[in-house]
Amino acid sequence: MLIDALTLQLGYNASLVAIGAGLLGIAAGATGTFLFLGKRALVSDAVSHATLPGVGLAFILMVALGGDGRNLPGLLAGSALSAGLGLLCVSWLTRRTRLSADAAIGAVLSVFFGAGVVLLTVIQTMSGGRQAGLDSFLLGSTAGMLRSDALIIALGGALVLAAVLVLRRPMALVAFDAEFAAAQGMNVKRIDLAMMGLAMAITVVGLKMVGLILIVALLIIPPVAARFWSERVDHVVLLAGAFGGLSGYVGAAISATAPALPTGPIIVIVAFGLFALSLLAAPGRGVLAALLRHRRFQTRVHLRQGLLALAQGQPIYEPLTLRLMRRAGYVRADGVATEAGRAKATRAALDERRWQMLRGDPRHEAAAARYDGLTPLERVLTADQITELDRGLGPEAAR
Amino acid sequence: MGAEFVSLSLTPMLIGICAAIACALPGNFLLLRGQALIGDAISHVVLPGIVLAFLVTGTVAAWPMMLGAGAAALVAVLLIEAIRRLGRIEPGAAMGVVFTAMFAGGVLLLEQSDTSQVHLDVQHALYGNLESLIWLDATGWSSLTDPEALRALPPELPRIVLTLGFVILFTAILWRPLKLSTFDEGFARTLGLPVRALSLGLVIVAAIAAVAAFDAVGSIIVIAMFICPPAAARLMTDRLEAQIGWSVLFAAMSAVLGYVLAGYGPLWLGGQHAISAAGMIATLSGVILGLAALFGPHRHRSGAPADG
Repeated sequence: MLIDALTLQLGYNASLVAIGAGLLGIAAGATGTFLFLGKRALVSDAVSHATLPGVGLAFILMVALGGDGRNLPGLLAGSALSAGLGLLCVSWLTRRTRLSADAAIGAVLSVFFGAGVVLLTVIQTMSGGRQAGLDSFLLGSTAGMLRSDALIIALGGALVLAAVLVLRRPMALVAFDAEFAAAQGMNVKRIDLAMMGLAMAITVVGLKMVGLILIVALLIIPPVAARFWSERVDHVVLLAGAFGGLSGYVGAAISATAPALPTGPIIVIVAFGLFALSLLAAPGRGVLAALLRHRRFQTRVHLRQGLLALAQGQPIYEPLTLRLMRRAGYVRADGVATEAGRAKATRAALDERRWQMLRGDPRHEAAAARYDGLTPLERVLTADQITELDRGLGPEAAR
Repeated sequence: MGAEFVSLSLTPMLIGICAAIACALPGNFLLLRGQALIGDAISHVVLPGIVLAFLVTGTVAAWPMMLGAGAAALVAVLLIEAIRRLGRIEPGAAMGVVFTAMFAGGVLLLEQSDTSQVHLDVQHALYGNLESLIWLDATGWSSLTDPEALRALPPELPRIVLTLGFVILFTAILWRPLKLSTFDEGFARTLGLPVRALSLGLVIVAAIAAVAAFDAVGSIIVIAMFICPPAAARLMTDRLEAQIGWSVLFAAMSAVLGYVLAGYGPLWLGGQHAISAAGMIATLSGVILGLAALFGPHRHRSGAPADG
């Protein structure tokens, strides 16, 4: 069943939804990256909640004008207007008052959402117009999605993606260092506005499918997951797009296999799965990689201390050190040093003495700063410098 | 304004006021600490907690649900902290990841489980149902002294009053440490105050207030009351004591005016039905914040030009 869904064999409608969700996910992931890198991920939360009053007002207006209140382009236009207003309120509150950005975000989010709920209850009591259906904007709904709806989503996603491709350089610069970007002669305010406008476009486009409460997840989770795998903006954008697209496509496919699997939440859960995988398994920034690094460092410290103890003829009691020394073949099971262990220990002791020499010599101040008790001196000084240093150690060094 | 008011409007109004104040009090500290959005996150993540509690107990009883919601809030706070530390991710994004994923999980659980027998859905969780918390046995103001009628009070009222009492107690007892650690964490630490425990305690108290208020009035009010009254109060004064006072006043004002407007506003305009009180209360708190942002005596950053 899932295979069928993933290969678009579940019928026209399900295929349409899956492709639309995939495109939406790609666009959302790529756009969200710039918000995330600019540390403004949660602004999108305010924007998405601020769409609700616009949806309600557009419905009321369309009904009042004698049309069909559920006309999707009309509703989306209304949601875009009120989301824009919400965005303006956030930036006005942050710039003109002493309130911080998160307070402004929270205030706009809750107030606009509250106003939207009031409008929804007004609509419920209106006699004219076919009501209901507006609730589906909260959590999204793909049931009974029309071909035109899916086309709007796909087209909107593609447009946003194109805009991201064109604007990626200036947006990355502004996200990382707005002041530098301004010094380069860029119009930071306009680029900022474009970034927010794109996020808003994603929200509006995704409203019907994912719903306004969860659309923000598509803007936040894929970039956060992608950030684990790379330190380069281009790669993070690509990866975030890929993660977002994968979540959208797979999520929509899974949700098509059974009736009680709502599309929006499933897409978010798939995205969170990708995030959890990245958090654990990514090389470099992932948790497992960090554990491995820690483990390797620990091994090096214990081996070094064990070898120094051997060189000074002291017994080793620390169990982990003993185990590591035994595994490396430096000591026998009864704790007596092997041939290889003695040779290594002599080298370690020599290295340590050279380091001590070096650190007492002001000429080597820069090199001495790299002393951590682990790095072999050969990695810091050239062979000639070491020979020079060894002269100070006297006949001992020749041993 | 007699018997009808007492039985239909008094209890929802009281519950609204108590919920608003219980959220606004910790909201002041969260706002000053730059954690204003914690309330937003908590009110999203209580949904999976409530659904899980329902699945475990099979009923919509209040206490298991509150326990479940509290546990979910705690899990969310720990998860946010873990992701922030392990992944070295900025707090806002970590929060966004956690609360959206947990909310999605809650919706999914709800769809998967059979809740057709009980009143449990996402809409209810969002808007609450303040209007339905009426006191049917009341016959007039005299019922307030009638033990028989008092026993039929909606159980949400004593719960939220208890919660408000707890929040006030927490704030009063820990006033000085809270104030110190909010404004100068480094100094508070050198004095030997348990800064981290205080911070976690504040979040837990906020979660308790959020969960209790959520039970009665839905999550919109919770988010709005955590942020709007304290934010508006912040624009009125530079003193924490005064800020708390203003925020309590604003919260109560939003609750009363919002409830009245939602209940009677449409009737005045010739409509037939009341509109969502929760939404109206949130909207009103926004109006108050807007007015404070336009005219509040301390609306500018200190040091900023007067017209800036």
